[in-house]
Amino acid sequence: MANSRFVEGAAIPPFVVENVTRTDLVRYAGASGDFNPIHHDETFARAAGNPTVFGHGMLTAGLVARCITDFVGAGALRRYKVRFATRIWPGDTITCAGRVTRRYQEADETRIDGEVTATTQKGETAVTGTFTAAVPADA
Amino acid sequence: MAEIDRSLLGVWGPATAMRIETGKIREFARAVKDPNPAYLADAGALAPPTFLMTMAHWLRDLAETRSAVKLDYRRLLHGEQEFEYLRPIRAGDVLTFRSRTRDVFEKQGKRGGTMTFVIGETEFTNQRGEVVAYLRNTAIETADAVKE
Repeated sequence: MANSRFVEGAAIPPFVVENVTRTDLVRYAGASGDFNPIHHDETFARAAGNPTVFGHGMLTAGLVARCITDFVGAGALRRYKVRFATRIWPGDTITCAGRVTRRYQEADETRIDGEVTATTQKGETAVTGTFTAAVPADA
Repeated sequence: MAEIDRSLLGVWGPATAMRIETGKIREFARAVKDPNPAYLADAGALAPPTFLMTMAHWLRDLAETRSAVKLDYRRLLHGEQEFEYLRPIRAGDVLTFRSRTRDVFEKQGKRGGTMTFVIGETEFTNQRGEVVAYLRNTAIETADAVKE
Protein backbone atom coordinates (compact mmCIF):
# COMPACT_ATOMS: atom_id res chain seq x y z
CA MET A 1 0.00 0.00 0.00
CA ALA A 2 2.27 2.72 -1.31
CA ASN A 3 -0.03 5.68 -0.80
CA SER A 4 -3.23 6.51 0.99
CA ARG A 5 -5.79 7.03 -1.74
CA PHE A 6 -7.85 3.92 -1.00
CA VAL A 7 -7.22 3.34 2.69
CA GLU A 8 -9.86 3.00 5.37
CA GLY A 9 -11.19 6.43 6.31
CA ALA A 10 -10.13 8.11 3.06
CA ALA A 11 -12.59 10.77 1.87
CA ILE A 12 -14.29 10.38 -1.50
CA PRO A 13 -14.13 13.81 -3.16
CA PRO A 14 -17.57 15.46 -3.46
CA PHE A 15 -19.46 15.72 -6.74
CA VAL A 16 -21.86 18.67 -6.71
CA VAL A 17 -24.83 19.28 -8.99
CA GLU A 18 -26.11 22.83 -8.68
CA ASN A 19 -29.68 23.84 -9.48
CA VAL A 20 -31.36 20.61 -10.58
CA THR A 21 -33.79 21.58 -13.36
CA ARG A 22 -37.06 20.14 -14.63
CA THR A 23 -35.19 19.42 -17.84
CA ASP A 24 -32.82 17.22 -15.80
CA LEU A 25 -35.84 15.24 -14.58
CA VAL A 26 -37.29 14.89 -18.08
CA ARG A 27 -33.90 13.83 -19.42
CA TYR A 28 -33.67 11.12 -16.76
CA ALA A 29 -37.25 9.99 -17.43
CA GLY A 30 -36.43 9.53 -21.11
CA ALA A 31 -33.07 7.89 -20.55
CA SER A 32 -34.29 5.47 -17.89
CA GLY A 33 -37.78 4.85 -19.24
CA ASP A 34 -39.35 5.78 -15.90
CA PHE A 35 -42.26 7.96 -17.00
CA ASN A 36 -44.13 8.15 -13.73
CA PRO A 37 -45.85 11.54 -14.34
CA ILE A 38 -45.16 12.62 -10.77
CA HIS A 39 -41.62 13.45 -12.00
CA HIS A 40 -42.49 15.60 -15.05
CA ASP A 41 -46.19 16.54 -15.14
CA GLU A 42 -46.76 19.61 -12.96
CA THR A 43 -50.56 19.25 -13.05
CA PHE A 44 -50.38 15.60 -12.02
CA ALA A 45 -47.81 16.28 -9.27
CA ARG A 46 -49.92 19.07 -7.75
CA ALA A 47 -53.12 17.02 -7.95
CA ALA A 48 -51.31 14.34 -5.94
CA GLY A 49 -50.60 16.89 -3.20
CA ASN A 50 -47.04 17.91 -4.06
CA PRO A 51 -45.86 21.51 -4.47
CA THR A 52 -44.30 20.61 -7.84
CA VAL A 53 -42.55 17.73 -9.63
CA PHE A 54 -39.67 16.02 -7.85
CA GLY A 55 -36.66 13.95 -8.88
CA HIS A 56 -36.52 10.20 -9.45
CA GLY A 57 -34.72 8.49 -6.57
CA MET A 58 -32.65 6.64 -9.16
CA LEU A 59 -31.51 9.94 -10.71
CA THR A 60 -29.93 10.85 -7.38
CA ALA A 61 -28.55 7.30 -7.15
CA GLY A 62 -27.00 7.82 -10.59
CA LEU A 63 -25.32 11.05 -9.48
CA VAL A 64 -23.95 9.27 -6.41
CA ALA A 65 -22.66 6.46 -8.66
CA ARG A 66 -20.70 9.05 -10.64
CA CYS A 67 -19.16 10.35 -7.41
CA ILE A 68 -17.97 6.81 -6.63
CA THR A 69 -16.64 5.98 -10.10
CA ASP A 70 -14.83 9.34 -10.33
CA PHE A 71 -12.93 8.00 -7.30
CA VAL A 72 -12.48 4.28 -8.11
CA GLY A 73 -12.76 4.38 -11.92
CA ALA A 74 -15.40 3.20 -14.39
CA GLY A 75 -15.91 -0.55 -14.26
CA ALA A 76 -14.45 -0.94 -10.76
CA LEU A 77 -17.74 -1.27 -8.87
CA ARG A 78 -18.61 -4.74 -7.62
CA ARG A 79 -21.68 -3.83 -5.58
CA TYR A 80 -23.75 -0.68 -5.07
CA LYS A 81 -26.76 -0.31 -2.84
CA VAL A 82 -28.89 2.76 -2.21
CA ARG A 83 -31.66 3.63 0.20
CA PHE A 84 -34.04 6.47 -0.59
CA ALA A 85 -34.61 9.01 2.20
CA THR A 86 -36.05 12.38 1.12
CA ARG A 87 -37.00 13.71 -2.30
CA ILE A 88 -35.09 16.26 -4.35
CA TRP A 89 -36.78 19.26 -5.99
CA PRO A 90 -36.08 21.55 -8.94
CA GLY A 91 -33.62 24.22 -7.82
CA ASP A 92 -31.91 21.96 -5.30
CA THR A 93 -28.15 21.64 -5.10
CA ILE A 94 -27.09 18.03 -4.55
CA THR A 95 -23.75 17.18 -2.97
CA CYS A 96 -22.58 13.58 -3.30
CA ALA A 97 -19.70 12.47 -1.10
CA GLY A 98 -18.49 9.56 0.99
CA ARG A 99 -15.61 7.72 2.57
CA VAL A 100 -13.82 4.40 2.47
CA THR A 101 -14.84 2.14 5.36
CA ARG A 102 -12.73 -0.96 4.74
CA ARG A 103 -9.92 -2.34 2.55
CA TYR A 104 -9.37 -6.07 2.08
CA GLN A 105 -8.50 -8.90 -0.30
CA GLU A 106 -11.32 -10.89 -1.90
CA ALA A 107 -11.73 -12.91 -5.12
CA ASP A 108 -8.06 -12.27 -6.04
CA GLU A 109 -8.63 -8.51 -5.92
CA THR A 110 -7.88 -5.66 -3.56
CA ARG A 111 -11.28 -4.30 -2.65
CA ILE A 112 -12.70 -1.42 -0.67
CA ASP A 113 -16.10 -0.88 0.90
CA GLY A 114 -17.44 2.62 1.26
CA GLU A 115 -20.43 4.65 2.30
CA VAL A 116 -21.89 7.52 0.32
CA THR A 117 -24.61 10.12 0.68
CA ALA A 118 -26.42 12.69 -1.42
CA THR A 119 -27.30 15.78 0.60
CA THR A 120 -29.35 18.81 -0.41
CA GLN A 121 -28.50 22.46 0.30
CA LYS A 122 -31.02 22.26 3.14
CA GLY A 123 -28.84 19.65 4.80
CA GLU A 124 -31.34 16.86 4.14
CA THR A 125 -30.10 13.42 3.15
CA ALA A 126 -31.73 12.37 -0.13
CA VAL A 127 -29.95 9.05 -0.63
CA THR A 128 -27.60 6.92 1.45
CA GLY A 129 -25.60 4.14 -0.09
CA THR A 130 -22.86 1.57 0.34
CA PHE A 131 -20.52 0.09 -2.24
CA THR A 132 -17.75 -2.40 -2.89
CA ALA A 133 -15.13 -1.66 -5.55
CA ALA A 134 -11.93 -3.21 -6.85
CA VAL A 135 -8.85 -0.98 -6.54
CA PRO A 136 -5.24 -1.38 -7.69
CA ALA A 137 -3.20 -3.37 -5.16
CA ASP A 138 -0.52 -0.67 -5.12
CA ALA A 139 -2.77 2.38 -4.74
CA MET B 1 -53.27 -5.67 1.21
CA ALA B 2 -50.84 -7.56 -0.93
CA GLU B 3 -51.90 -11.01 -2.03
CA ILE B 4 -49.04 -13.45 -1.53
CA ASP B 5 -48.59 -16.90 -3.08
CA ARG B 6 -45.62 -18.31 -1.18
CA SER B 7 -45.34 -21.32 -3.49
CA LEU B 8 -44.09 -18.93 -6.20
CA LEU B 9 -41.33 -17.28 -4.13
CA GLY B 10 -37.96 -17.87 -5.77
CA VAL B 11 -39.47 -19.05 -9.06
CA TRP B 12 -37.98 -17.26 -12.09
CA GLY B 13 -40.38 -15.64 -14.54
CA PRO B 14 -39.99 -15.80 -18.33
CA ALA B 15 -36.81 -14.29 -19.81
CA THR B 16 -36.46 -11.32 -22.17
CA ALA B 17 -33.39 -10.54 -24.32
CA MET B 18 -32.10 -7.14 -25.50
CA ARG B 19 -29.01 -5.78 -27.21
CA ILE B 20 -27.26 -2.95 -25.34
CA GLU B 21 -27.10 0.08 -27.65
CA THR B 22 -24.35 2.72 -27.80
CA GLY B 23 -26.90 5.53 -28.07
CA LYS B 24 -28.81 4.37 -25.01
CA ILE B 25 -25.61 4.27 -22.95
CA ARG B 26 -24.68 7.81 -24.05
CA GLU B 27 -28.19 9.08 -23.36
CA PHE B 28 -28.16 7.54 -19.89
CA ALA B 29 -24.64 8.76 -19.05
CA ARG B 30 -25.70 12.30 -19.95
CA ALA B 31 -28.86 12.01 -17.83
CA VAL B 32 -26.80 11.13 -14.74
CA LYS B 33 -24.30 13.89 -15.64
CA ASP B 34 -21.38 11.51 -16.09
CA PRO B 35 -18.99 12.37 -18.96
CA ASN B 36 -16.60 9.48 -18.19
CA PRO B 37 -14.89 8.57 -21.52
CA ALA B 38 -15.50 4.86 -20.80
CA TYR B 39 -19.21 5.44 -21.43
CA LEU B 40 -18.66 7.47 -24.61
CA ALA B 41 -16.48 5.04 -26.60
CA ASP B 42 -17.52 4.59 -30.22
CA ALA B 43 -17.33 0.80 -29.87
CA GLY B 44 -17.80 -1.30 -26.76
CA ALA B 45 -18.81 1.58 -24.48
CA LEU B 46 -19.12 0.52 -20.86
CA ALA B 47 -22.57 0.76 -19.25
CA PRO B 48 -22.70 3.16 -16.25
CA PRO B 49 -23.39 1.57 -12.83
CA THR B 50 -27.13 2.25 -12.70
CA PHE B 51 -27.75 1.67 -16.43
CA LEU B 52 -29.56 -1.61 -15.81
CA MET B 53 -32.56 0.41 -14.63
CA THR B 54 -33.23 1.07 -18.31
CA MET B 55 -33.70 -2.66 -18.91
CA ALA B 56 -36.01 -3.43 -16.03
CA HIS B 57 -38.90 -1.71 -17.79
CA TRP B 58 -38.68 -4.19 -20.65
CA LEU B 59 -39.33 -7.26 -18.58
CA ARG B 60 -42.67 -8.64 -19.58
CA ASP B 61 -45.73 -7.80 -17.55
CA LEU B 62 -44.61 -7.92 -13.93
CA ALA B 63 -47.82 -9.73 -13.04
CA GLU B 64 -46.38 -12.54 -15.16
CA THR B 65 -42.71 -12.31 -14.14
CA ARG B 66 -43.34 -11.60 -10.47
CA SER B 67 -46.49 -13.62 -9.98
CA ALA B 68 -45.81 -14.49 -6.32
CA VAL B 69 -47.15 -11.17 -5.07
CA LYS B 70 -49.96 -8.96 -6.25
CA LEU B 71 -49.31 -5.44 -4.99
CA ASP B 72 -51.41 -2.33 -4.76
CA TYR B 73 -49.33 0.12 -6.82
CA ARG B 74 -51.08 3.13 -5.28
CA ARG B 75 -49.44 2.20 -1.98
CA LEU B 76 -46.01 1.28 -3.29
CA LEU B 77 -42.69 2.87 -2.29
CA HIS B 78 -39.24 2.14 -3.69
CA GLY B 79 -37.26 1.46 -0.52
CA GLU B 80 -33.88 0.19 -1.66
CA GLN B 81 -32.06 -0.67 -4.85
CA GLU B 82 -28.99 -2.89 -5.04
CA PHE B 83 -26.68 -3.74 -7.93
CA GLU B 84 -24.21 -6.62 -7.91
CA TYR B 85 -21.68 -6.44 -10.77
CA LEU B 86 -19.96 -9.67 -11.81
CA ARG B 87 -18.63 -8.75 -15.26
CA PRO B 88 -18.49 -5.60 -17.43
CA ILE B 89 -21.56 -4.78 -19.54
CA ARG B 90 -20.76 -3.14 -22.87
CA ALA B 91 -22.54 -1.76 -25.92
CA GLY B 92 -23.16 -4.63 -28.33
CA ASP B 93 -23.75 -7.19 -25.58
CA VAL B 94 -27.02 -9.09 -25.76
CA LEU B 95 -28.39 -9.50 -22.26
CA THR B 96 -30.98 -12.08 -21.33
CA PHE B 97 -32.75 -11.23 -18.11
CA ARG B 98 -35.33 -12.75 -15.85
CA SER B 99 -36.85 -11.82 -12.55
CA ARG B 100 -38.27 -13.38 -9.44
CA THR B 101 -39.63 -12.49 -6.05
CA ARG B 102 -37.08 -13.67 -3.49
CA ASP B 103 -38.90 -12.89 -0.30
CA VAL B 104 -41.91 -11.19 1.19
CA PHE B 105 -42.32 -10.20 4.81
CA GLU B 106 -44.54 -7.92 6.84
CA LYS B 107 -43.75 -5.39 9.55
CA GLN B 108 -45.93 -3.20 11.72
CA GLY B 109 -45.68 0.44 10.60
CA LYS B 110 -44.75 3.15 13.11
CA ARG B 111 -48.16 4.76 12.78
CA GLY B 112 -50.07 1.49 12.80
CA GLY B 113 -51.03 -0.67 9.88
CA THR B 114 -49.06 -3.42 8.23
CA MET B 115 -46.25 -2.70 5.78
CA THR B 116 -45.39 -5.39 3.24
CA PHE B 117 -41.76 -5.65 2.09
CA VAL B 118 -41.13 -7.37 -1.24
CA ILE B 119 -37.57 -8.30 -2.29
CA GLY B 120 -37.33 -8.68 -6.07
CA GLU B 121 -34.30 -9.89 -8.01
CA THR B 122 -33.41 -9.66 -11.69
CA GLU B 123 -30.52 -11.67 -13.18
CA PHE B 124 -28.69 -10.56 -16.34
CA THR B 125 -26.74 -13.03 -18.52
CA ASN B 126 -24.67 -12.03 -21.56
CA GLN B 127 -24.37 -13.64 -25.01
CA ARG B 128 -21.51 -15.84 -23.71
CA GLY B 129 -23.73 -17.33 -21.03
CA GLU B 130 -21.97 -15.40 -18.24
CA VAL B 131 -24.07 -13.89 -15.46
CA VAL B 132 -23.04 -10.22 -15.54
CA ALA B 133 -25.19 -8.62 -12.86
CA TYR B 134 -28.00 -8.88 -10.38
CA LEU B 135 -30.40 -6.09 -9.66
CA ARG B 136 -32.33 -6.33 -6.39
CA ASN B 137 -35.00 -4.00 -5.16
CA THR B 138 -37.07 -3.64 -2.05
CA ALA B 139 -40.60 -2.42 -2.64
CA ILE B 140 -42.73 -1.43 0.31
CA GLU B 141 -46.51 -1.51 0.21
CA THR B 142 -47.69 0.91 2.87
CA ALA B 143 -50.84 0.61 4.95
CA ASP B 144 -52.22 3.87 3.55
CA ALA B 145 -52.16 5.35 0.07
CA VAL B 146 -48.90 7.08 -0.78
CA LYS B 147 -49.44 10.70 -1.79
CA GLU B 148 -46.39 10.89 -4.00
